[in-house]
Amino acid sequence: MRPEVSEEVALEHGLTAGEYLSVTQRLGRVPTLTELGIVSVMWSEHCSYKSSRLHLKKLPTSGERILVGPGENAGIVDIGGGWAAAFKIESHNHPSYIEPFQGAATGVGGILRDIFTMGARPVAVLDALRFGPPDDPETGPANRRIIRGVVEGIAHYGNCIGVPTVGGECAFAPCFSANPLVNVFALGVFRQDSIFLGAAQGVGNPVIYVGAKTGRDGIKGASMASAEFDEDSDAKRPNVQVGDPFLEKLLLEACLEAMRTGAILGIQDMGAAGLTCSTAEMGGRGGVGIEIELDRVPQRDAGMTPYEIMLSESQERMLLVAERGRESEVFEVFRKWGLDAVEIGAVTPDGLLRVKHHGRVVAELGNAFLSDDAPLYDRPRTTPRRTAPLQGPELPGATGPELLAGLETLLASPDLSSKRWIWEQYDYQVRTNTTAGPGGDAAVIRVKEAGVSLAMSLDGNARYCALDPRQGAWLSVAECCRNLSTVGAQPIAATNNLNFGNPEKPEIMAQLVEAIEGMGEACRHFATPITGGNVSLYNETLGQGIDPAPVMGIVGLQDNGVPPAGPCFATAGDAIVLVGGVLPGGTDSLDRRFGSSQYAASVVGQTWGLPPALDPDYEAAVQETVRRIVRRGLARSAHDVGSGGLAVALAECCFGPQRVGATVDLPSDWPARQALFHEAPSRVLLSVDRSDLREVALVASGLGVDAPSVGETGGADLAVRVSGEACFAAPVDELHAIWDSAFERQVERP
Amino acid sequence: MKFGVVIFPGSNCDHDAHYALSRNLGQQVAEIWHESENLQGVDAVFLPGGFSYGDYLRCGALARFSPVVRCVREFALAGGPVLGVCNGFQILCETGLLEGALVRNQGLRFICRSVEVLPATADSVFTAACEPRRPLRIPIAHGEGRYVADKATLDRLEASDRVAFRYRGENPNGSARGIAGVLNEGRNVLGMMPHPERACDAALGSTDGTAVFRSMIAAWEDARASHAA
Repeated sequence: MRPEVSEEVALEHGLTAGEYLSVTQRLGRVPTLTELGIVSVMWSEHCSYKSSRLHLKKLPTSGERILVGPGENAGIVDIGGGWAAAFKIESHNHPSYIEPFQGAATGVGGILRDIFTMGARPVAVLDALRFGPPDDPETGPANRRIIRGVVEGIAHYGNCIGVPTVGGECAFAPCFSANPLVNVFALGVFRQDSIFLGAAQGVGNPVIYVGAKTGRDGIKGASMASAEFDEDSDAKRPNVQVGDPFLEKLLLEACLEAMRTGAILGIQDMGAAGLTCSTAEMGGRGGVGIEIELDRVPQRDAGMTPYEIMLSESQERMLLVAERGRESEVFEVFRKWGLDAVEIGAVTPDGLLRVKHHGRVVAELGNAFLSDDAPLYDRPRTTPRRTAPLQGPELPGATGPELLAGLETLLASPDLSSKRWIWEQYDYQVRTNTTAGPGGDAAVIRVKEAGVSLAMSLDGNARYCALDPRQGAWLSVAECCRNLSTVGAQPIAATNNLNFGNPEKPEIMAQLVEAIEGMGEACRHFATPITGGNVSLYNETLGQGIDPAPVMGIVGLQDNGVPPAGPCFATAGDAIVLVGGVLPGGTDSLDRRFGSSQYAASVVGQTWGLPPALDPDYEAAVQETVRRIVRRGLARSAHDVGSGGLAVALAECCFGPQRVGATVDLPSDWPARQALFHEAPSRVLLSVDRSDLREVALVASGLGVDAPSVGETGGADLAVRVSGEACFAAPVDELHAIWDSAFERQVERP
Repeated sequence: MKFGVVIFPGSNCDHDAHYALSRNLGQQVAEIWHESENLQGVDAVFLPGGFSYGDYLRCGALARFSPVVRCVREFALAGGPVLGVCNGFQILCETGLLEGALVRNQGLRFICRSVEVLPATADSVFTAACEPRRPLRIPIAHGEGRYVADKATLDRLEASDRVAFRYRGENPNGSARGIAGVLNEGRNVLGMMPHPERACDAALGSTDGTAVFRSMIAAWEDARASHAA
């Protein structure tokens, strides 16, 4: 056997001593270097989900609309009329820290391939981003560089390939300074009878490589994403791939066209772990083997070793299995688009991944060994560690000017200020389907062919999850569904991105498990099964991990013809209705729960206590109320009350193109500060034509939902009272100027 | 009327133009592949937005060497109406059918936004149906849409009434003299950065873009009627 592999080499590859022992025992020999490379990426956290797999099983994954659940490149749901939508979210966190522009760009490229590899045409992208504060005196300059790079990278790739980036969300905390999160969601649509799966089939059928040539970039990217960063993380820059959206645009069109020939039996993109993962997974899913000859793989660099070819993560490549005898139809299409398409091997009956180089076998491993036999850990966990105190500072009664100052601070905070600077860099309109773009509660695209529209929302709140991961996950699911409800859409299915620190630390593992369980409970409650997603662990640099930051992406179905109701007041003289009431979920431990608010973080300057309370049944009733009102055209506007509470939500409602002001009086027994800034869920602000007020009240009361009329739109000011007591009246134009300009000013600083 | 929508590798607004022309305006549409040696007998050519040939070298620079652009050039020189939007505008400048050039936006960022443009002349097959002095609400989506030309060229364009559209209010990309679209000397070739094909459907918030296509259709119908008479 070759002397090049030893336990020491295996450890360098990120395998543990125990894992290496298991490799040698099951193989009955020492692996070759190429084999070790293959095993190390397939068994990496990124590819094998070895720390999370056991717990992911707790998530609900089936439902009447689910056509394809987890395990494929993306989940697929039935959207009616013979049409389907494929969607998934995926992270590119580690690469985006090392090389923000390319890291984020290739994140977009990767998730888009996951969508079109199933036969769907990608029609929407959303992204959830987490950065360190751009205005931090110490880390600000680095954070701003990362923010600018990531946004430019997403814009570059998405704009060029012609898929609109229609929405997303963005939040900031010190823990993300050295661990930014870039989670990209993509959705595609297609006919239900043209779904393609990533399974090899038919012994003797040709295995065909298409797309970009293989180079030395991105080698071991999956392993990089499965470890913490240290001082030498800059040295990992070569592990980040380089994207070419033009090439991917050609690949997209060519693949969809080639699929229409009927000659393709299975197809899979080459993402993490490149040729290794695609051959092993396609063989594994099909219950067959695959044999390839690396000499035939199109190569960008001379003299690449088998190890390098198998582990390269060069972008814009796909692997497909065609029907023997019909290869030429496939080749023809790729020639038209000027792309390489080469037969590199064939499907075999033996269930093995056999790799040859210059005719000599350099690796021979069972597909089952690589995927099914990958390690599965039930990692030890404690209870989640409390990092913030349960009790916060004593907050004396606030004066009107103090309340207004608080609102202005929130409107200027990176978390709540307008993100126009980000989303105007994205082409959110291309393909002319975007009926509700970025800046609202949910993005909506029409599916012209199917006569329906799809609403999408991404939500996550790391501040809540840090205080209670289970409750935080519940609240994310609830908010996501509520956002969809504001545009009249029925939530149908979900995808999740689980961003956490090092799972080998028991308190981190506890966060992960609690969040998964909470998410599973909530997705069952709201009938939004999870069709797939992504787990990103080891988001730690120099031992400093992130707050638990799960992100939910939920898709909702909306019939075309639902009257458009944006988030902002449209005309003066409408009644303002607060569906859900001022403080749903009760006032139990309100002082503690107030500590998780954006007000606590940005104005008080610390967080404490617990996330807001949630009554799941009441939340569902509120959502149903809002959906019915919006669908019946009774709402002129509908806006979720989220971060920053009622004060911020009311201000945002005034920030439409017409800048319609409002006079509001909130009935509340609680101090004005809590009434204005507490972040209780289950609340939506509507503006309603006075003549529709009765009907709106009837819908709400019929579902047992409190829906007080709290004021009237109109005027140039936002004037707010709590239980008759005047708090403040501020010109909408001034508030808008603060909100609209803050982020650009913070992020454009040198 | 039969429009030809040219498809280059990297075009990404071809589908939008196709949909707007066929579904919103009820016209015939032919897709013309970049390697095509003829224009399938179309009555007008639409060069769509996107990133033709990856915008390698320079936006629109490679497209000018494609077989189809040779045909488009001949078609334009013979008086056929040619509309280039966004990347299509860049291509028309690169081919020399239009004067001036498009460079990176002032501010150096890609901008996607709905803007107002004013038709600056009624004397063209693209603007005749626009109401004078009524601004059109049409989206822009570009990183390199800042129109530049030397002073003599700009003066000449204005003197010969060849500025088709100007940005109203803010000048989003820093274009010289607020120019959003220009005509050739024959007035049958228009390049513009705003996307009229994205403003043809009430569901998307504006139908102002139809004015450009309605002008083209009316001109074609007039020509056919006078030909018949």
